[in-house]
Amino acid sequence: MRTYILRRLLQAIPLLIAISILSFFIMQLSPGSYLDTMKLNPDVSEELIETMKKQYGLDKSIPEQYFHWLWQILHGNFGESFTYKVPVTHVIKTRALNTIILSIAAMIIAWGVSIPIGIYSATHKYTIGDNIFTSLAFVGLSIPNFFFALLLLFLIVKFNVPLPITGMTSIMYDYMSLSGRIIDVLKHLLVPAVVLGTASMASLTRIMRGQMIEAMRSDYIRTARAKGLKNKTVVYKHAFRNAINPMITMFGFQISALLSGAALTETVTGWPGLGKMMLTAVRSKDLYLAMAGLMIGSVLLILGNLIADILLAISDPRIRYN
Amino acid sequence: MNRLNQKDFDKNTDISKEKKSEKKEYDFLNDTWRRMRRHKMAIIGGTIVIILYIIVIFAGFLGPYNPYHGFKKHFFHPPTKIHFFDEDGLTRPYVYRTESFDWAEYEVIKDKKYPIKFFHKGDKYKLFGLFKTDLHLFGVDEPAHLFLLGSDNYGRDLFTRILFGGRVSMFIGFVAIFITTVIGLIVGGISGYYGGWVDNILMRFAEVIMSIPGFYLLLALAAVLPMGISSTLRFFLIISILSFRGWAGMARVIRGMVLSIRNEDYVLAAQAIGARDPRIIQKHVLPTTTTYVIVRATVSIPGYIIMESGLSFLGLGIQEPNASWGNMLTAAQNVTKITNFPWLLIPGFMIFFAVLSYNLLGDGLRDALDPKATENN
Repeated sequence: MRTYILRRLLQAIPLLIAISILSFFIMQLSPGSYLDTMKLNPDVSEELIETMKKQYGLDKSIPEQYFHWLWQILHGNFGESFTYKVPVTHVIKTRALNTIILSIAAMIIAWGVSIPIGIYSATHKYTIGDNIFTSLAFVGLSIPNFFFALLLLFLIVKFNVPLPITGMTSIMYDYMSLSGRIIDVLKHLLVPAVVLGTASMASLTRIMRGQMIEAMRSDYIRTARAKGLKNKTVVYKHAFRNAINPMITMFGFQISALLSGAALTETVTGWPGLGKMMLTAVRSKDLYLAMAGLMIGSVLLILGNLIADILLAISDPRIRYN
Repeated sequence: MNRLNQKDFDKNTDISKEKKSEKKEYDFLNDTWRRMRRHKMAIIGGTIVIILYIIVIFAGFLGPYNPYHGFKKHFFHPPTKIHFFDEDGLTRPYVYRTESFDWAEYEVIKDKKYPIKFFHKGDKYKLFGLFKTDLHLFGVDEPAHLFLLGSDNYGRDLFTRILFGGRVSMFIGFVAIFITTVIGLIVGGISGYYGGWVDNILMRFAEVIMSIPGFYLLLALAAVLPMGISSTLRFFLIISILSFRGWAGMARVIRGMVLSIRNEDYVLAAQAIGARDPRIIQKHVLPTTTTYVIVRATVSIPGYIIMESGLSFLGLGIQEPNASWGNMLTAAQNVTKITNFPWLLIPGFMIFFAVLSYNLLGDGLRDALDPKATENN
């Protein structure tokens, strides 16, 4: 197991290097730079721009810049953000954490809802309840999450629901007790997490239902029933345990969708995460911040997939690590 | 010999005759259609999709105004109320004119009724981009306005803009999935068929693209697009971005399928006869993947529609003054705006309906073309 994890981590290194080359050259293609916009400002002197160019290494050739940047990254230095004027690592640390919090919350909501509903739908196939849930899953699957977020915000304001509509903390956050702070953040988390969770919820429900139906058809279920076991035991001890396995594979697939979905949800709900930061960085041509965003996003994705594979290996003894 | 026996047998029994005639009628399209019809929701979804395409193609004729025509004194105008009754009872539908008395506040002036005229002559436009005309399905005479779904911040008719915006949203998915599929088939086909270092390089590249969170990559790529390029060019560049992100997943699965097909007898036979590789890939290997490709294409179109509207919503996709359902929602980004002018949210419902219909269609199509895949539903 340990060698398996180690090998997977080692395999990720060339992948990350390739990603860094790709993202670096994409950003180089981008027309204009942050300094160009600065030049338009009459208060900024030529000398300042020249010093900044030198400071950020922008006067060197592109391959040189790349290797310089890569070398810096290996030393844990992601460069300095043009807009925030602080090291990128400072900005990105909290942002990445916020995105992880949001993604985990969304995942808890999605899994917490979809598994029971999937089981219900499968055991009550073609009943009214199943039909309602299946239709709702289609609706959830089809609603773009930024629109869903707008809709929720609209409803919250319209019906005066006592929920905050933007950001991560209230103005009074600094004066709150620890428990007050946690409740405050949770309140802000609710809307983005529900929005982000809905899309995965819909697809997970459909898969859970399908897996459960397949499991319920197998021979060991017939055997269990023939033995005279209670329905509850048959469903939860025999069928459920076998149906849940493929769901863990889905966990890996979901991460990419979660990170992508988070970017839009964060923008609409003002949750200060990685995606929102990426957008501002890309818009203001904040080169190093945008590249760090791409890199950290990819690292999260690769790690998430690794965790999914490990979970699968633990839960399913048939899978060998090779 | 065998056939002869079969003939004799058929003569003697009715049952086998029936069976034989059934077999004769077997035809891929017919069979698919038969299975498809069982999914009522898929048929409904498909019908809505077709209707949406027809509507957006005839946008110029169906919308009462020019999508860029801003009525400066009528910005954020609520949907115009259409009256069907007057003092004498049921009458020809008519509207009243409105005048603003405060910022985005309008009062109805009931001095004259303006009937809604069919085949009304209004703003000029080009039908299919070819014929110049000013004929609209309906409209009202100035100074009254007919804002079926209200107007936006420049006083442009939201209904007309939704029709025109639908062109972008409905066609971008369609074209993007076409390009993605072509690239996916070529790369996946080559990779799976030749194997070796070609396969290695192509698949590693696909892996790199798939390891960057999709929307982040799209954001970075969209930022590369220069500002101030023509809207058509921008449209195609956005399609290329979406396809650049999308081909990898398709290529991976095609490669897997090709790998397993490569050693089938009929491929070996073709090789033995001396058929050249491109011919074998084209004629023998790739057709086997047709069903998968069709299903995958239909199922992924909604994803492209959502991606495009997301990019446009953030201001990185289709730019003003051109309309797309995504960038129309940008106006609704502000919470106070959506509570005061809730009709700004309507383009979002259009995205939702288009995506929902496509999802229903794709689901039915998957069942019809590949019954094995979803026998558990």
